[in-house]
Amino acid sequence: MDKPHPIAEVQSLSAGFGGRSVLEDINLDIHEGEILVVLGKSGCGKSTLLKHMVGLLKPSAGSVRLFGIDIFAADEPEMVEVLKKVGVLFQYGALLNSLYVHENVAIPLEQHTDVPPSVIRRLVEAKLGLVRLTGTGHLLPSELSGGMRKRAALARALALDPDILFADEPSAGLDPMTTAHQDDLLLELREDLGMTMVVVTHELASIHRIADRIAFLEDKKILFLGTVSDAKGCGVEIVEEFFRMGTFA
Amino acid sequence: MPARLVIEGDSAHIEGSLTFPDVRRVLAEFERALAVRTGSTLEVDLSGLTRIDSGGAALLDEVTERGRGRNVRVAYTGACDEVAEIRRIFSSGAGARVAERERAGLLQRCGVWGYHTWAGFLEFLQLTADTFYWSFAGLVSKRGGRKGAFVTQALLIGVDALPVVLTISFLVGAILALQSAAQLRQFGANIFVADLIAVSMAREMGPLMTAIILAGRSGSAIASEIATMTVTEEIDALKTMGINPVRYIVVPKFYAISLCMPLLSILATLVGILGGLIVAFLYLDLTPAVYTREAIEILTAKDIVTGLVKSVAFAGLICTIGAHYGFRVQGGAEGVGRTTTASVVAAIFAVVVADCFFSLIFYF
Ligand SMILES: Nc1ncnc2c1ncn2[C@@H]1O[C@H](COP(=O)(O)OP(=O)(O)OP(=O)(O)O)[C@@H](O)[C@H]1O
Ligand SMILES: [Mg+2]
Repeated sequence: MDKPHPIAEVQSLSAGFGGRSVLEDINLDIHEGEILVVLGKSGCGKSTLLKHMVGLLKPSAGSVRLFGIDIFAADEPEMVEVLKKVGVLFQYGALLNSLYVHENVAIPLEQHTDVPPSVIRRLVEAKLGLVRLTGTGHLLPSELSGGMRKRAALARALALDPDILFADEPSAGLDPMTTAHQDDLLLELREDLGMTMVVVTHELASIHRIADRIAFLEDKKILFLGTVSDAKGCGVEIVEEFFRMGTFA
Repeated sequence: MPARLVIEGDSAHIEGSLTFPDVRRVLAEFERALAVRTGSTLEVDLSGLTRIDSGGAALLDEVTERGRGRNVRVAYTGACDEVAEIRRIFSSGAGARVAERERAGLLQRCGVWGYHTWAGFLEFLQLTADTFYWSFAGLVSKRGGRKGAFVTQALLIGVDALPVVLTISFLVGAILALQSAAQLRQFGANIFVADLIAVSMAREMGPLMTAIILAGRSGSAIASEIATMTVTEEIDALKTMGINPVRYIVVPKFYAISLCMPLLSILATLVGILGGLIVAFLYLDLTPAVYTREAIEILTAKDIVTGLVKSVAFAGLICTIGAHYGFRVQGGAEGVGRTTTASVVAAIFAVVVADCFFSLIFYF
């Protein structure tokens, strides 16, 4: 499909916390149906970049456009419309602790659609099935393992079939088999629903499986942007080292 | 184009895109069609579907299920590959239902409650014993404690509570004096207001009001801090580092509150008597000197000592109850709120019961 605009655009974004700059002059276009993997050392600002892209943090300079709308200039109703098409998986899951897992997954469905409850129950079960959590809906988040929480959070992020999914380390804490299954799921969703994804991950195997392009963050900047095969011979020492060594500590 | 459902006899077809916004309407249309037929087949042609999402897929499954309930077999045909693929991914299967949590019967719940209460009581005794053991051990050896924790806690529990404790005791003293002034004046027994205020503040109101304020202020802080540490596995982390959490976290608070509570309640008593003095001066024409002399004369060493003993005991209760509820937290963040509330209620209850107990021992 041809679109006049990329689905998400980051334009000369600079950001920091209380005077300490974390990101400087980041430019990034994300096209419909692509899976972009964001890489970089721990603490380099990947989660921060993601939070800016969904409008949770305000940048010190620059702008972010989702679906062509400048999210920092948008008013509340406009922003809600944008967010209905966005799914976010937080690094620590961020499930609501006081609600059962099935209620967590149902929140977006109940708030943003008029789908009847019987169909919502089906949808919840289907989404939990996607992440292989069938039959855990009646548990509380505190009764799940770390990896299960992460997957339940992914089910919630997928509740409304978002056009774009931001996922912060979706496979952190998962075994290789579950990770592989989850990667297949992401690929399938991209294939069949045309879902666009921005994924932070350190898992080399995952990167090889899912990444169309990678953005390598280092020292506040995007050091490398391109395909995995280009990255391996890009001539940038640290990027090549990343693929040689596996994961940064 | 929004989905359009056309039903003709035993067959139907859907056109357009079937997504979240269409679900409610299309389900209602299906429902109407199903209502008028029993024991037959409804063949739904999906070849006109251009797009479907998980909402649409769940809707189709739901229709199958509802058809089954009315003995109507719903068959979908002609879906293009894309639609079939999405239906497969999001299939919720037949009878997909979130499993219900087991509901316990009344008797079982009583049993569980009784068991938990008993187990909780035993844990409380254990914690109290640990706290005492480690606070005495801590006097001898500084190992396993946290440097500077006592001072921080003493500032937090004692100094920061000073304004509210003093204000409330002053007002309580003044209120007691006001209420009794009207009665005493009738008998010309004005001077006895000093006795009344001094004795009741020293024996009861000083320690009790201080304890209730600290139960709300510091007891809740202790419970929520320890509960948060428990749910975020910080307590487990301490244990695996070979550090006793009671020694490391509870004991400094125990020292601090045991020291601050008597000091605060002495100040509270003095300020309460001052509150009474001002009322006596303004209302009952007593000079401050007369009032003070009378107050000092009536107070015995026993009054002061029982007041202090009580306040130390209240301090221990508040600290151990707060810590106990903190360690017992269940669930996540919402559990912290619940356990904190419960701890404050329990601490105030325990303080009042203990006070009653002390009155029996000391004065009867
Ligand atoms: N809320 C915050 N307040 C202040 N500084 C923060 C905050 N969140 C993050 N930082 C700082 O911003 C920098 C980037 O953090 P960020 O969480 O984006 O890292 P990351 O790349 O996601 O790391 P990881 O791979 O470990 O998750 C870090 O140096 C961190 O100290
Ligand atoms: Mg991060």
